[in-house]
Amino acid sequence: MSSLLVESAGLQTTVQDLGRPGFGPEGVSASGAADPVALRLGNLLVENQPGVAGLELTLVGGSFVFPDGAVIAITGADLGATVNGRPLEMWASHTLEPGTKLMFGATKNFARGYLAIAGGIQVDPFLGSASTHVLSGLGGFEGRALRKGDRLRIGKASKKVRRRRITLAALYAFKPRKVLRVTEGPQADWFSEAAKQVFYRDVFRVSEESDRVGLRLEGTALDGSPAREMITEGVSLGAVQVTPSGQPIILFVEQQTTGGYPKIANIIAADLHRIGQLRPRAEIRFQRTSLAVARSLWIEQERLLNAPEQLFT
Amino acid sequence: MKVRAASDQAILAYLGEEIGQAAHERVLKLLRLLQQEPPRWIRNVQPAYCSLLVNFDISLADHAEVEETIRSYEQRTEKHRAPKTSRVEIPVCYGGEFGPDLDEVAAVHGLKPAQVIEVHSSETYHAYFLGFAPGFAYLGDLPAALATPRLSSPRKRVPAGSVGIAGRQTAVYPMATPGAWRLLGRTPLRMFRADHKMMGLISIGDQVRFRPITNREFGELQRR
Repeated sequence: MSSLLVESAGLQTTVQDLGRPGFGPEGVSASGAADPVALRLGNLLVENQPGVAGLELTLVGGSFVFPDGAVIAITGADLGATVNGRPLEMWASHTLEPGTKLMFGATKNFARGYLAIAGGIQVDPFLGSASTHVLSGLGGFEGRALRKGDRLRIGKASKKVRRRRITLAALYAFKPRKVLRVTEGPQADWFSEAAKQVFYRDVFRVSEESDRVGLRLEGTALDGSPAREMITEGVSLGAVQVTPSGQPIILFVEQQTTGGYPKIANIIAADLHRIGQLRPRAEIRFQRTSLAVARSLWIEQERLLNAPEQLFT
Repeated sequence: MKVRAASDQAILAYLGEEIGQAAHERVLKLLRLLQQEPPRWIRNVQPAYCSLLVNFDISLADHAEVEETIRSYEQRTEKHRAPKTSRVEIPVCYGGEFGPDLDEVAAVHGLKPAQVIEVHSSETYHAYFLGFAPGFAYLGDLPAALATPRLSSPRKRVPAGSVGIAGRQTAVYPMATPGAWRLLGRTPLRMFRADHKMMGLISIGDQVRFRPITNREFGELQRR
């Protein structure tokens, strides 16, 4: 079986697939790629099933050697991938010769890059998924981010992979946004009109203390945050909860499954993958939309992800 | 039952307005029915004290359809009996390095540490739900005599097996995580086993008791 050798690991490189939804009653959040669209497109480029495991690289990538060669694609944030000193085109499939070293640097734009490999990264699944849950040390490769010297198994590629790239139109459709669309949260009516005005008008900055568990936002404190006693309840992915000090926090893929802070809004499904590309200090705004619009945006996104003739050239 | 949109792909069903076993029994019945007869659009459920969060695939259904189905399920559960649950006993070595907050909790309530242990280990607790981290069971109700707020700033790393209290709740940290609950002791049991069919030692609805053990017993149990 072929393998991938970690020569340097980067800031936080983890094995991710599309996660393990459905274990809420056990207190397990879904985890999975922070930008699942980028991972899916990478997998499609190397002719994997969309949910096959790849590597998620965060802000600064590492370097990886393929002793037996591989077919790969790099998607998501641009971490300056090079092979033998030459830049490697993103959003396209490439065949690497045995012994090739693939190197990444610091991001040039967004938060997370993805390395998809034909055949996928092979790890023992935890609850049916290869995804690493960093906080609880479960899943992925030994439940942790990769380290120098790790050797990962690569599955057998099913067929010869065609060389292809993603269309500009598809890249445009999935591009990161600074304005995240939300629907009202279950406690939206607990907040004063003034607080809601600030929330939908002001720019918020993603704090340095942000990770796969949640993104803390800096900006005007949401005045008049309710002092009402809240009974802990289930919280959904992309919920924007507000702490007693008025700070909004976006719950992300490794979120706690329950929480006791009121939620003013929730990022819509079609924009969840864009949260994964927000870097610390990124400036964002929130735009209110309806459940019906959110649903049609999601259906359109899924339709495009399942339309190879529109995705590839 | 009140129903609200939690997000564009989730609804919250509220089966009561206060923490207690009556509301929780309704949550548990609805959860079991949804698990036994999962609608084709269901993706995840998250039970809590008085509510159930239902995540669904919005390509297959909209909020109106999901709400209607949840309401019809909830009506059917009225005839159901409460689901079967288990009794779980958790051995705990209280105080010392395992329970760094025991003395302070005792002082706050004007008790001796031994009395805190006595009160904490004589109650039978109800497992309301699992949340926070895999296998972390929210147990209640902690006797009012011990009710203590969370630490104002959380510890960066609470060791696995730590037994903590917060408000009228108590819990065991299944794995090393950050945490703000006041730590009274530690259990040598593995609370969450990723390789095991029954992943968590405690499941929703279980009846849980704590049994004080010595340092020596802790060591013996840990070696097993």
